[in-house]
Amino acid sequence: MSIKKKDELLHDHNHDGVDRRGFLKCMAWAGTGAFCVIKGGVLNSYSLSRLSEMNPADAKGELSFVQISDSHMGFNKPANPDVAATLQAAVAKINALSTPPEFLLHTGDISHLSKPEEFDAVDQILKSASAKDVFFVPGEHDVLNDDGKQYLDRYGKGTQGNGWYSFEKKGVHFVGLVNVTNLKAGGLGTLGHDQLEWMEKDVKHLKSSTPIVVFAHIPLWAVYPEWGWGTEDSAQALSYLKKFGSVTVLNGHIHQTMQKVEGNVTFHTATSTAFPQPKPGEAPSPGPMKVPAEQLRALLGITDVNFVRGQHALGIIDSNLG
Amino acid sequence: MRRSVRIASAIAVAMILCSGVAVKQWSFTASAQQKPASTAEVKIDNFSFGPVDITVPVGTTVTWTNRDDIPHTVVSTEKVFKSKVLDTDEKFSYTFTKPGEYPYFCSVHPKMTGKVVVTN
Repeated sequence: MSIKKKDELLHDHNHDGVDRRGFLKCMAWAGTGAFCVIKGGVLNSYSLSRLSEMNPADAKGELSFVQISDSHMGFNKPANPDVAATLQAAVAKINALSTPPEFLLHTGDISHLSKPEEFDAVDQILKSASAKDVFFVPGEHDVLNDDGKQYLDRYGKGTQGNGWYSFEKKGVHFVGLVNVTNLKAGGLGTLGHDQLEWMEKDVKHLKSSTPIVVFAHIPLWAVYPEWGWGTEDSAQALSYLKKFGSVTVLNGHIHQTMQKVEGNVTFHTATSTAFPQPKPGEAPSPGPMKVPAEQLRALLGITDVNFVRGQHALGIIDSNLG
Repeated sequence: MRRSVRIASAIAVAMILCSGVAVKQWSFTASAQQKPASTAEVKIDNFSFGPVDITVPVGTTVTWTNRDDIPHTVVSTEKVFKSKVLDTDEKFSYTFTKPGEYPYFCSVHPKMTGKVVVTN
């Protein structure tokens, strides 16, 4: 039995202010996506921004896929007036992978204003990706005005409730959750009773050796509740995963990468393909960060090198290809 | 040129006079039944409503303006009113016809809350 330690120690190669009891933040402002390789049941995540430096051997595992997030198609403010171009850049990086990913995960905020043409534009760009299967979960920007009806019409085939589902790939169990609908005044992201009940049943009969990957838009851990960066009932969801040796949680929403290891669970947030957001509490609000145009593309590629080592058997390595 | 300016001025004066008469007539008939409509403004800046709480007399039309780069909504917690999503600089108005407290929030960013208090 593994010893559970809160906020497992994270190794700071860059002296970038990560403290030992806290979580690790790497300031890849608005990166492009994460290339995830599952090896021996452990998920390794690499920033797409620094693919060229990747050791090809690291790209090979039982299964690899790419997570992209927060495309915000339709956003046209100074923080990034051309979000289509930066999404295309992410796709170009996906297509340059020496080991083509099995599929893509998009962790929400596909569109900026839930407009049909915005979803169409993303679908069109993603068609040029080498991986043809794309698994989505909605962000709050995808369910505006209609409580997610359009989202379900487009992406909800075979899903439950307002769009949650699970699937298996090469022995890995993936669970896509929806935490952006029926939000209550003053609250955070919400999964809700029906979804939790479904999830409990969904994972109950799996062997404890099954690697689990849970993905949802809003972080399933309290990144910064003051800005709404957390999910009210995520603890309940995570309690169903206690028996599993390898659990990875992938989220978007906060437009920057963060990571935390807690017991058997490793949490990652992905960067946005569109625009950066400030570090928690370091701005008056979580609105888009404006950077000079000539710096935006460069900032998309800035990623610290981080090595994260859990102290249990199924520790996780997260590096950004340095 | 000077002549056309003069003509334009005359037309403008005439229009003001006409509209003045019209307004006067309207206010005369209206004043018998109700007070002149009042308005109030709430701005959305940096993921917050400002002012957070406002107190207005019955009959006030409150207008919210989103000045963020990110869309927001204005949704009554008790389902009295609900805006469509407001993109940058878009507005939503609602006229409060009954006294009471009307808490509301942004359904996209539910940490954003505010309240309209309507008095007699």
